[in-house]
Amino acid sequence: MQELENIVNGQRLFQRPEYLEVLENKKQFEGGMGAINPAKVEEIAEWTKSWDYREKNLAREAITVNPAKACQPLGAVMVALGFENTMPYVHGSHGCVAYFRSYFTKHFKEPTPCVSDSMTEDAAVFGGLANMKDGLKNCAALYKPEMIAVSTTCMAEVIGDDLYAFALAAKEEDGGEFLPADFPITYAHTPSFTGSHITGYDNMMHGIMSQLTEGNKKEETNGKINIIPGFETYIGSIRSVKAIVEAFGASYTMLGDHSDQWDMPAGDYSMFAGGTPIADAKDCINAKATISLQKYATVKTMKMVKKWKHAGGVSNPIGLKGTDEFVMKLSELTGVEVPQKLKVERGRLVDAMQDSYPYMHAKKFAIWGDPDFLVGVVSFLLEMGAYPTHVLCHNAPKGWEDEMRAMLDTSPAAANCHVWAGKDLWHMRSLLFTEPVDFMIGNSYGKELMRDTKIPLIYIGFPIFDRHHLHRYSISGYDGALNLLTWITNKVLDQLDEETKNIASTDYFFDLVR
Amino acid sequence: MSSLEARQKAAVEEVLKAYPEKAAKNRAKHLGVGSPDDESQKTCGNVRSNKKTVAGVMSQRGCAYAGSKGVVWGPVKDMVHISHGPIGCGQYSRAGRRNYYIGTTGVDSFVTMNFSSDFQEKDIVFGGDKKLTKCLEEIDVLFPLNNGITVQSECPIGLIGDDINAASKMYAQKTGHTIVPVNCEGFRGVSQSLGHHIANDTVRDYIFDASPATLGEPIAVTDYDVAIIGDYNIGGDAWSSRILLEEMGLRVVAQWSGDATIKEMVQTTKVKLNLLHCYRSMNYISRHMEKEYGIPWIEYNFFGPSQTIKSLRKIAAFFDVSIQEKCEAVIAKYQPLVDAITNKYRPLLEGKTVMLFVGGLRPRHVIGAYEDLGMEVIGTGYEFAHDDDYKRTKDEIFRSTVIYDDVNEYELEAFVKALQPDLVASGIKEKYVFQKMGLPYRQMHSWDYSGPYHGYDGFAIFASDMDLAINSPVWGHSKAPWDKEGEA
Repeated sequence: MQELENIVNGQRLFQRPEYLEVLENKKQFEGGMGAINPAKVEEIAEWTKSWDYREKNLAREAITVNPAKACQPLGAVMVALGFENTMPYVHGSHGCVAYFRSYFTKHFKEPTPCVSDSMTEDAAVFGGLANMKDGLKNCAALYKPEMIAVSTTCMAEVIGDDLYAFALAAKEEDGGEFLPADFPITYAHTPSFTGSHITGYDNMMHGIMSQLTEGNKKEETNGKINIIPGFETYIGSIRSVKAIVEAFGASYTMLGDHSDQWDMPAGDYSMFAGGTPIADAKDCINAKATISLQKYATVKTMKMVKKWKHAGGVSNPIGLKGTDEFVMKLSELTGVEVPQKLKVERGRLVDAMQDSYPYMHAKKFAIWGDPDFLVGVVSFLLEMGAYPTHVLCHNAPKGWEDEMRAMLDTSPAAANCHVWAGKDLWHMRSLLFTEPVDFMIGNSYGKELMRDTKIPLIYIGFPIFDRHHLHRYSISGYDGALNLLTWITNKVLDQLDEETKNIASTDYFFDLVR
Repeated sequence: MSSLEARQKAAVEEVLKAYPEKAAKNRAKHLGVGSPDDESQKTCGNVRSNKKTVAGVMSQRGCAYAGSKGVVWGPVKDMVHISHGPIGCGQYSRAGRRNYYIGTTGVDSFVTMNFSSDFQEKDIVFGGDKKLTKCLEEIDVLFPLNNGITVQSECPIGLIGDDINAASKMYAQKTGHTIVPVNCEGFRGVSQSLGHHIANDTVRDYIFDASPATLGEPIAVTDYDVAIIGDYNIGGDAWSSRILLEEMGLRVVAQWSGDATIKEMVQTTKVKLNLLHCYRSMNYISRHMEKEYGIPWIEYNFFGPSQTIKSLRKIAAFFDVSIQEKCEAVIAKYQPLVDAITNKYRPLLEGKTVMLFVGGLRPRHVIGAYEDLGMEVIGTGYEFAHDDDYKRTKDEIFRSTVIYDDVNEYELEAFVKALQPDLVASGIKEKYVFQKMGLPYRQMHSWDYSGPYHGYDGFAIFASDMDLAINSPVWGHSKAPWDKEGEA
């Protein structure tokens, strides 16, 4: 029974004798093997750690277990929230939207506005035109956005709804009451059964950039540089990148800037905050250059930009080398020498790397996440002399595996560094048991791997549901690399303390100074 | 200041003005002001429910898949639940509901894992039944201690004409394993509610009617066997309920479906009484057991001492005097704890007003717990309720209460601004909206990572959590020292 002066929640409550008894008694009714024959559970648990199990596990062709990817519309919602006063609108069933909103909200600890047009059985039969007519009108009336960015769920894709025609029809029926003729309704088809959330990001970004700029191409450029962040889940990274561009005094447009939307100060609530002004987005076609910070999340978008004949290209500013390349690219595009501010920042980062390197050197890491994230963070691990032993990308696009392999081949431990494209986290579990590492880098889904393998998890990635505020930091730029360095080094040191803290047995290496 | 009721009515009128005509007409039927004394109201606030959501608003509703996989089937721990279709649904719904269980995850229990058939374009074009069969085979190889597999359909399955029922049946016949195909595509119905119903029906068809072989010895029946139905063991709720039922001499042979095994579900057809907590999601299977097996069922409420005591006595009344005596002994045993909690927390919470928006049973069931602490619920509503829920709500409210069915973000924000509650209690999607306004907030789906809230031990946690939320110093920091009076 609870004690008034020591009310405990379930964590401790269920450890009390009366509850241990309840749980023990319950087993007589249970049919799980743990209740029937615990030794059998033990036996199978051991088998799941074996090479035999690993081979069977890696041979899977059909079932995915514990994935490390999500579906297209999630990325489309992120794009929409990066534009000023823009409502993400998902054409399809509203269950999907409930999921996108809760998924982002659990990561950012911020509200995530997004509407759906709630298609049900009748829409499955007759198509979703009626839903779209009502939905766009209601959305515009209630939330008063400046733009509505429409993406699709797999339901709408399977029945083959035509977004372009539907948006026109909705405006026509509305007659300009809530949806004036020039009201921007941008759209992208985002089928969940193709690619992953980064594909949806690409499709929506392509949709917005191409549709808003239609007919806007001018002879002269506006002299600006477009920056496309990609599926960026670190708010601080966007700010780091802006600071670098601003250090060059460059005039730029961050296309899809959700850094204020998912980082609102307390005190008041407004549905939308920050974002790329629609007027700037309409003019992005006239920029002199476009830089995408995530190659694999902007394949289609950058193809279009190539046709626009913009300078720039792809540059991934994670890690020292990545940031150097980004800085040099900006220097080249602006014709401005690298500013002193950045030189000092770089110097400080390198100084820090040289202070901490013994703790990361030759440490084995397992890491998973989105393809561009992995390119950046693995580069940083290599810069520190660490060994990226298992690099797993569930949503690996074409070309990623080769690029990653080439990077790992520069490591002295290349032969023991493995690339796993298209594999999931249950595969990772087998890899960790059979070829163990010292640390894992990944998202909250690594938690069960940490429990099962006892390998410490360093929380870097998306989604992170069970650690707070990490998304507010940067992992891009020199300052972002310093964060990576700090998190990783200190986890190594925490682990060293963990292993050496046993009094009178291992605590001779429990050093005060390191 | 005008009366609470007048302000509530004005708020409802005001909120409807923002809508285009057609939507306003629709929403007007879902909003109302409920009164405990107004016998003329057919449902609480006379609201309409279980209808299609207005398109283009930020509804909090989920889908049929969420109702089946996420709510009813997902917590059954010794079965593998496949999210059948594209990758997203399983990922977004993974391990978010805190359905606690004891078991070795990945070996004999699978609740927090995510199994997906990860449909690709070719599966949409050519059909995914062969892939499903392959999935079933691979699961049985890699997870040999699973006691069954459910196939939870995502939207495309029903649209592309796949026959998961045939594929499942063939595999089940070949292997003798329990395979449960569930046609819970997300577009079916208007909310997660239909998913509950569909899932209940598959329990009937594939667990009861098929009576699958279960591991271990058969369980001998006693006169005091009961089952907990509609408790998903969120934060351990079913455990803090179970202990009370056992203390009063009953034998809980099954939990549905938090911490459940398939064997418990099979055994339920032999109990003396079914105890139904979440009426909305599991009344179907309870009615079925009543009809087919003659098992009576009663609803109960273990939130807050007033309702808990009432429910314990109601349950005991079904059994002999020995149980009734033990029931009184249980009530007497915990009364000092209840008094102590109330004496400590009531002065800290007295008169604080609350607005709720949740699903299932909570919009009405938790009202009593708040009132036990002297808090006043002035607004409540359900994501996916039916008429019978709103009828039941009439008996639970204490005062004039604004009632909002399938409320959307716009409306809830407007109601909160108009009625200025001291606490908002709803889900994760709304949490930070209200916290940014400086309002204390508690998630009432996940217990905000705390709980359990059921039973006496749960009430202690509930009380201390509400104190934590309302009386934390952090809400006082929103206003900066340089802000002038009246500014945020």
